Amino acid sequence: MEPKLQPIVAKLEKECGGVASEKHGDVSVVLPVEKIVAACQQVHEQGFELLSALTAVDYWPQEAPRFHVLYQFTSVSMNLVLTLRVPVPGINPCLPTVSHIYRNANWRERELWDMFGIKSQGHPDLRRILMPADWEGHPLRKDYPLGYEEPQFSFNFEEINLRKPYAKE
Amino acid sequence: MPDIQEINVDDLKHLVSERAIQGETVLLNMGPQHPSTHGVLRLLLELDGEIVVNCIPDIGFLHTGVEKNMEAKTYQKAEVMADRLDYLDTVGNTLAYSLAVEKLVDLEVPARAQAIRVILTELQRFASHLVWLGTSALDLAAMSMFLYCFREREYILDVLELCSGQRMMTTYIRPGGLWRDVPVEFEAAVRNILKTFPKRVDEYEALLTRNPLMLDRTYGIGKLTGEECLNFGVTGPMLRASGVKWDLRKDRPYSGYELYDFEVPTRSEGDVYARYLVRLEEMRQALRIVEQALDKLPMGPVRSNNNKFIPPPRSEIGVSMEALIHHFKLWTEGFNVPKGAIYTAIESPRGELGVYLESDGGPKPYRIHWRTPSFDNLQSLPLMSKGVLVADLVAIIGSVDIVLGDVDR
Repeated sequence: MEPKLQPIVAKLEKECGGVASEKHGDVSVVLPVEKIVAACQQVHEQGFELLSALTAVDYWPQEAPRFHVLYQFTSVSMNLVLTLRVPVPGINPCLPTVSHIYRNANWRERELWDMFGIKSQGHPDLRRILMPADWEGHPLRKDYPLGYEEPQFSFNFEEINLRKPYAKE
Repeated sequence: MPDIQEINVDDLKHLVSERAIQGETVLLNMGPQHPSTHGVLRLLLELDGEIVVNCIPDIGFLHTGVEKNMEAKTYQKAEVMADRLDYLDTVGNTLAYSLAVEKLVDLEVPARAQAIRVILTELQRFASHLVWLGTSALDLAAMSMFLYCFREREYILDVLELCSGQRMMTTYIRPGGLWRDVPVEFEAAVRNILKTFPKRVDEYEALLTRNPLMLDRTYGIGKLTGEECLNFGVTGPMLRASGVKWDLRKDRPYSGYELYDFEVPTRSEGDVYARYLVRLEEMRQALRIVEQALDKLPMGPVRSNNNKFIPPPRSEIGVSMEALIHHFKLWTEGFNVPKGAIYTAIESPRGELGVYLESDGGPKPYRIHWRTPSFDNLQSLPLMSKGVLVADLVAIIGSVDIVLGDVDR
């Protein structure tokens, strides 16, 4: 681990209950979901100006925790990278928003809702972003079907709809 | 059939001003088929006369589900989709993908392959900036720039075709090296570019840099400070035009960029004009890198010789039993990548292009996420366009250099 990163990770472990690990030279810290805002605030104050990526991984059929939400930070001033991972349960998945700390989390959290159905509490504008507004299901979930679907037309829409493997809420 | 939900102003109440609800300002659609939105970007504008009060981008028209589709394909097949994300920087996309896979597998890439990768990504950067220059100048009514830029771009696409057989969707960079070595005509073709292009960049400058119309339309428009850029996740030339010297090629080098001597141009103004100057200087620096890489291009293999991951050469298949088995295994079930997760980022012409790749030990990516620079860069558009004229908004969109395939994935 880089020497400049050590105090930051140590503080995250102490104050936010994180568990740090290092692989391929990258440091990632696993945090409980209720600490994520405090952790982001802390990381932001310590010089990680850029939220590079915010995404999730679905470990279905495992249910608790089903999702891991990832926050990838870059520090331009110190030339460091850091990953935070937050496990989120599969039933009614939600986590607090960080869009007031990192402004670009706004669209990224909308993408998280759109693609995974993970709600960001306190988000100023939580709508679907990539899929149409009336879309059903969340495409990047592992139980969402990919292809091999019967094409629906107006005359047999209802009939196929009954046996179609939808990702139910 | 499910009813089609219409979005009306009630759903967007929290995004527009009070005056829009009372009917004092006008809500106007710009796009998705507007020529200056560079693709299928829809902007919902709240206008007070000619002045933009609020700008609400609506994206997703080009969403192709690349991330989901890649999860269902083996690593070799998934790479083909990477090209299609940012169709102006196809070589860079495959480079980012290959670096991620190589890091997870721990594959060595020969020096010659790395140098050729650098040459091609820098040529592609030049070509991408040419498209940006041509189209954004066209938005400012400089018609001839568009024709000049696309004339030059063909030379670069010819080089890509020479190497890979494809002008745009090359898939030439593969995990572990390259598809094959460059042909003998490669060096002469690149030398020709190096000889003629610096003069062409001077010609563009002569046409635009001191052009009073250009200055009127771009100077002091669409300002962003360095702090705002970072907070909005804006990277690449836009960030450097706001005075933050951050270039992944320099600061976190990959693929042997540390071997080459080049400048990272920055400006402090943070307006449309500064972005123009930064990109133009980047085009010159790209040629500088290509020249150095070509001068000291080492000889040797262009693929790793680890045949568990890299197909053996055709000549070996007829004489070696192992080679035949490897070939068969690789093209039927693919290769297994060790369990783990990695985030790698490269400097694409638009900014930080990141790949988050997670493997469960099987032959298909368990999860792959593309951190595309245009997505975050576009997010700063509402901030930049507050209180500008509609005509200036066109100049600002041009300066962001969005590729909608990159935004919507």
